[in-house]
Amino acid sequence: MAELELKNLYDDFRDGKTLKAYARIIAEDAEKLERPINIMEVCGGHTHSIMKFGLPQLMPENINFIHGPGCPVCIMPKERIDHAYVLSQQPDVILVTLGDMIKVPGSNGSLQDARAKGADVRFVYSPMECIKIAQENPDKTVIFFAIGFETTTPMTAVLLNQVIQQDIPNILFHINHVTVPEVMKELIDSRDVHVDSYNNKIDAFLGPSHVSVIAGSKIYEPFPREYGRPVVVSGFEPVDVMEGISMIVKQFVEKRCELEIQYKRVVTEEGNLNAQKLIDTYFDKVSLFRWRGLGNVPDSGLKLKEAFEKYDAEILYKDVLPIAEIEDHKLCICGDILRGMAKPPECTIFGTACKPTTPIGSCMVSSEGACAAYYKYGNLITS
Amino acid sequence: MNKTITIAHGNGGEENNELIKNIFYKHFENEILSKSEDAAVIEEGRLAFTTDSFTVSPLFFPGGDIGKLAVCGTCNDLAMMGAKPKYLTCSVIIEEGFSSRELERIVRSMKKELETNGAMVVSGDTKVVPKGSVDKLFINTTGIGAIEQKGISASALKEGMSILVSRDVGAHGATIFAAREGIELESSLETDCASLYPEVKALMDAGINIVALRDATRGGVAAVLNEWARSSDVCIEIEEENVPVQEQVKGICEMLGFEAVNLANEGTFVLVIDKEDEAKALDVLLQAHETSAVIGRVSMEHQGRVLLNSSWGTKRFLDLPTGELLPRIC
Repeated sequence: MAELELKNLYDDFRDGKTLKAYARIIAEDAEKLERPINIMEVCGGHTHSIMKFGLPQLMPENINFIHGPGCPVCIMPKERIDHAYVLSQQPDVILVTLGDMIKVPGSNGSLQDARAKGADVRFVYSPMECIKIAQENPDKTVIFFAIGFETTTPMTAVLLNQVIQQDIPNILFHINHVTVPEVMKELIDSRDVHVDSYNNKIDAFLGPSHVSVIAGSKIYEPFPREYGRPVVVSGFEPVDVMEGISMIVKQFVEKRCELEIQYKRVVTEEGNLNAQKLIDTYFDKVSLFRWRGLGNVPDSGLKLKEAFEKYDAEILYKDVLPIAEIEDHKLCICGDILRGMAKPPECTIFGTACKPTTPIGSCMVSSEGACAAYYKYGNLITS
Repeated sequence: MNKTITIAHGNGGEENNELIKNIFYKHFENEILSKSEDAAVIEEGRLAFTTDSFTVSPLFFPGGDIGKLAVCGTCNDLAMMGAKPKYLTCSVIIEEGFSSRELERIVRSMKKELETNGAMVVSGDTKVVPKGSVDKLFINTTGIGAIEQKGISASALKEGMSILVSRDVGAHGATIFAAREGIELESSLETDCASLYPEVKALMDAGINIVALRDATRGGVAAVLNEWARSSDVCIEIEEENVPVQEQVKGICEMLGFEAVNLANEGTFVLVIDKEDEAKALDVLLQAHETSAVIGRVSMEHQGRVLLNSSWGTKRFLDLPTGELLPRIC
């Protein structure tokens, strides 16, 4: 029974005939457009789907995908990765994080390199696995290097909740959670340093559905209302993305500017109130969080509340953690790519000095990164 | 290349190739090695010779164990050169404290698999090392086989030839992921771990001219196809919907963000034959597995690359897997 349900979850959403039908609808509607439109998919998960399923090849010429900053690995500044590296070097520490994070290069190397040199670095599928690791290693301190957007924040909150309830003495947290709407505002508000003007190319946003499963679609309300940018909250399967694009194009044809939900099967306006309550219990906003390539984005990061400082590795280990901000490699244009100002093949080191095996910029590291997706799936076919 | 060796260097993909090329091939270079086949062809094409080490964790998993793997792996490398496996050596490195009962269970499993191949272990070595020096048990097997069909080669692919897989792909990799500590999945999934000589013999007995043959171990089907495309300087075009993948494997891939074609197999091979042999070869393969399929063909569209065609008319490259297989974050 469980297997049957799993199959149903994706089979219909990858149906070739449905995809072709959406491609026809989009093409017909796009003929009525007065100008080309650029649609930013905020989330790296969307970028990955779009490239993996070759969706740009189904688009008419006047519909462009531009790629946003929504990959937790891509936006992590080097100094935060250095924090993880330094923490992994501390005596009796087991550093635990999620997936791709262990591949991102810091100033001294990646966490993978730290592990090859003897540090105990582990990746987990769920933060809750930290509890088992902590129980099996009572003499060690497990530090969970927490990353991700609204989607992964509740898992960190649940872990902390369990640590407190079960009185687990040896789990600490290094918090790097960030929020989506704030960076979307930043992309529209900020001046482009190259031309010193507000010339972002974003006409509409495809909003990530998993973020709204937690935070609700309401977080995007300001964008159509205050910024004149329609938002469609969309799922990640190719049929979902195509339907989301079609909904955006229809808004332009019908001269509407609204917040709509494509992924109605799970997303509501309010989101998961229990998860939101748990996040509010443990986290405060930080006034500035530095995003890789984008710089400081107001109110976009989270930290543990003062009452939970005894679980905060960033505070407990503050004497050993580096504080200097580190600039990106001067040839790397990840910042422009994350702003939707440039596409990966426009970077001079794309696919040459910077490849998934030897990443210079973090957009090439994670499978959610735009550069990695272009390199892996379509550097010749779609560029 | 990185200054230190990381887990990624053993992934069967891009980093693994770099490591082999930049260190081992550089110093060991010779005409036989540089052919880079599953097994070395020696003694004027009469014998195939190969070695492999097995370090799988956990040691026992649904459908197999490290012993079965250690015999299948080496015998399959011989079978992939059209050779009948004959003589094996077996070398084990054991961590102190290992249970002798489990060791015997592993050796019994090896014996059973040797019988399937009609091969025997004729020499061996045992080392016991202090706790922590190895993860429980490592096994190395080396094998010699008698070549029964000559000329099978990764560099013999020509435009128009057909690409087949012997069964559904990714079952071993998905089983190991599901069996590893930390992923508690309810699944009846089993490894595909099996000896392939009987299937290869059936193909040869049916008079099929095998052009290229490779078991899709680490790096999966994607690694084999990429290697062939490079070695023969051709394009391999795959129809994505024709690649057979069990629903459970698809499920694990969906959850963790993997592709089944990148997952390891231990009893699945990819086959290249002339177009006119296609129906006959598929007939033979279907007798062993009902999931065998023709998945694509050789073309010249993007030489050296593997192209994946979707049922909705888009194309993308299928690259060599890179890095350690890591689950996606969200």
